[in-house]
Amino acid sequence: MSDLTSEQRPSRQMPRLFRRFDPAVATAFACIVLLLVFGSFYSTSFLSPEYLLQQLKVASFLGVIATGMMIVILLGQIDLSVPWSVAMGGMMACAAAAFGPVGAAMAIPFGMLCGMGLGLLNGVGVAYLRIPSMIITLATNAVAQGLMVVYTGGFSPQDSATPAMRYLATGDLIPGIPNAVIIWAIVGAAAVFALGRTTFGRSVYAIGNRERAAYLSGVDTRRVVLIAFVISGGLSALGGVLLAGYASKAAQSMGDAYLLPSIAAVVLGGTSILGGRGSYLGTVAGVILITLLQSILSVMQMPEAGRQITYGLVIVLMLLLYGRTPASR
Amino acid sequence: MREWRYWIAEQKATLMALGIFVLMFAIYTLNHPAGFTANVIQTAANKGVLLAFVAMAQTLVVLTAGIDLSIGMIFILTNCLASWLVVGTAVETTLGVAAVLASGLACGILNGAIVIYGRLQPIVTTIATGAIFFGLALLLRPFPGGSVNEDLADALTGRVFGVIPASLLALAMVVLVIWVPFSRSVYGRAAYASGSSEVAAYMSGMPIRRAKFLAYTLAGLLASIGGLFLTFFTYTGEAALASGNAYTLFSIAAVVLGGVSLFGGKGSAVGAIFGALAFRTIGDLLFVFDLDPLWQPLFQGVVLLIAVSVGAFALFRVRNRLEWFG
Repeated sequence: MSDLTSEQRPSRQMPRLFRRFDPAVATAFACIVLLLVFGSFYSTSFLSPEYLLQQLKVASFLGVIATGMMIVILLGQIDLSVPWSVAMGGMMACAAAAFGPVGAAMAIPFGMLCGMGLGLLNGVGVAYLRIPSMIITLATNAVAQGLMVVYTGGFSPQDSATPAMRYLATGDLIPGIPNAVIIWAIVGAAAVFALGRTTFGRSVYAIGNRERAAYLSGVDTRRVVLIAFVISGGLSALGGVLLAGYASKAAQSMGDAYLLPSIAAVVLGGTSILGGRGSYLGTVAGVILITLLQSILSVMQMPEAGRQITYGLVIVLMLLLYGRTPASR
Repeated sequence: MREWRYWIAEQKATLMALGIFVLMFAIYTLNHPAGFTANVIQTAANKGVLLAFVAMAQTLVVLTAGIDLSIGMIFILTNCLASWLVVGTAVETTLGVAAVLASGLACGILNGAIVIYGRLQPIVTTIATGAIFFGLALLLRPFPGGSVNEDLADALTGRVFGVIPASLLALAMVVLVIWVPFSRSVYGRAAYASGSSEVAAYMSGMPIRRAKFLAYTLAGLLASIGGLFLTFFTYTGEAALASGNAYTLFSIAAVVLGGVSLFGGKGSAVGAIFGALAFRTIGDLLFVFDLDPLWQPLFQGVVLLIAVSVGAFALFRVRNRLEWFG
């Protein structure tokens, strides 16, 4: 932890605004502006408040999922179990809804709890069994998929979302601002607070920088890693609950479309894939950037194939711009 | 006497994988209604060989302490390409096969160039290039279809002398032509060395970057051989996202079962082949015991989870807790 504070000390004297100005975050925001300008050439309704608010609503599902992914990436790990954490969260919430009023009331917590259970499995594997995170999360993803296939019998589940889930995903408590955006704002604010102001958050950055050093300075690194994976699983499942509410039912492959974008959003926002460096502002920028890109591609009626290729290219190119690791010398 | 012992120690993981495979295959054939016949072996070999090629490809990359999550997508892309190109007369078919292999090589070169010369992390890079490869596959085959030269397909999926599955012979050929020369070359040794300690390999002046680049490139080539064989078995090309993801996942499972260390520098492609065959047999055990096929994904997931957790037993041997952090 000590090397972190000394690293930050010189920048303390600079104005707050400049200290925040990470070149990666600036690039991401510049790309957002570029996309908006490009989009407004394509269609005049692109800059209308309704359209932008709609985009923000779509972005909030990805935003919630990317928040969990960011905490895990800050540790220098990765969570590849996102697809079926999302699907499991949505499916289990809908399944709980079938059990009368009590089930309906417990739907959202139950869905999240299932995701946290998967996250717990990931966390135990990574923190206590020292299995590389990308391997254990791929394995738990396969297990979750297997469980869901057995549960649904290979078909899309018939249970539909509860009114509460639909309200969270599609309603608006404050007129004009969708509830999903408010949820993302709450999750984001909690993440900013936890990462910047709590021992847990500072430990996350410390472990991402050098786990050995963090351990030697008395951080219970295993517990922190475990908690981070549980949070990631829970937030993925929350994303799934919201998605199920948005579409009013859960589907088999609802999470597949969120793995690559959530990693991309975090990494494009300047968070180092090696861990220990990155800001939540960058992740917000990354999420909006990815959502706008998706939206423009669909406005242009690009087929699925073209979208996949564009995604891959954009991620590789942006990473080549500022995500390179230093040369070994 | 001594050398014999060294050899055993060196090949322990591979022999273990062979043991698991023999055990599983024995259980499989003993409970199979048709028993131990040439037909059963041929079917099992054809299914296992697909995964074996992909697992070999994954091994090359994992040996350098990297990972290739796009391997399943290269497999799918080359399958779609082969369903267009490997048709017609003998000359056309040959050119088609060459083109498919070249495209697999090109995919590997792209991965290698970005990871080694672009200095990006292999996980993120290969997830992104995997999306590109899948997009290309979808462009080639928006709907399942196409065809393949059936004479060649039947020759390579049939039996030689009525007993030996031709696909196993092809696998052995590929091992002899690609894996054996690679693992004995300077680059192969450099790939192992950079996997066990990149700093030490760098300090000893080994050609790390070229070795890693070669590993990614050959991985693309091997995956495309797998894709070619998939076309020979199915006679069609299909851009199936689920299938691509499954092969990526299974390739990792096979590599782990085959005794290749995910931290790099340890293991061999031969072990991974036995790992692949064992994994396939384990997956098929459900069928001979007449269980609902719905349980297969869960069963395979649990096998994978157990396989990757077994490595954790090494933790019991750790004397100093700082060794946890590598």
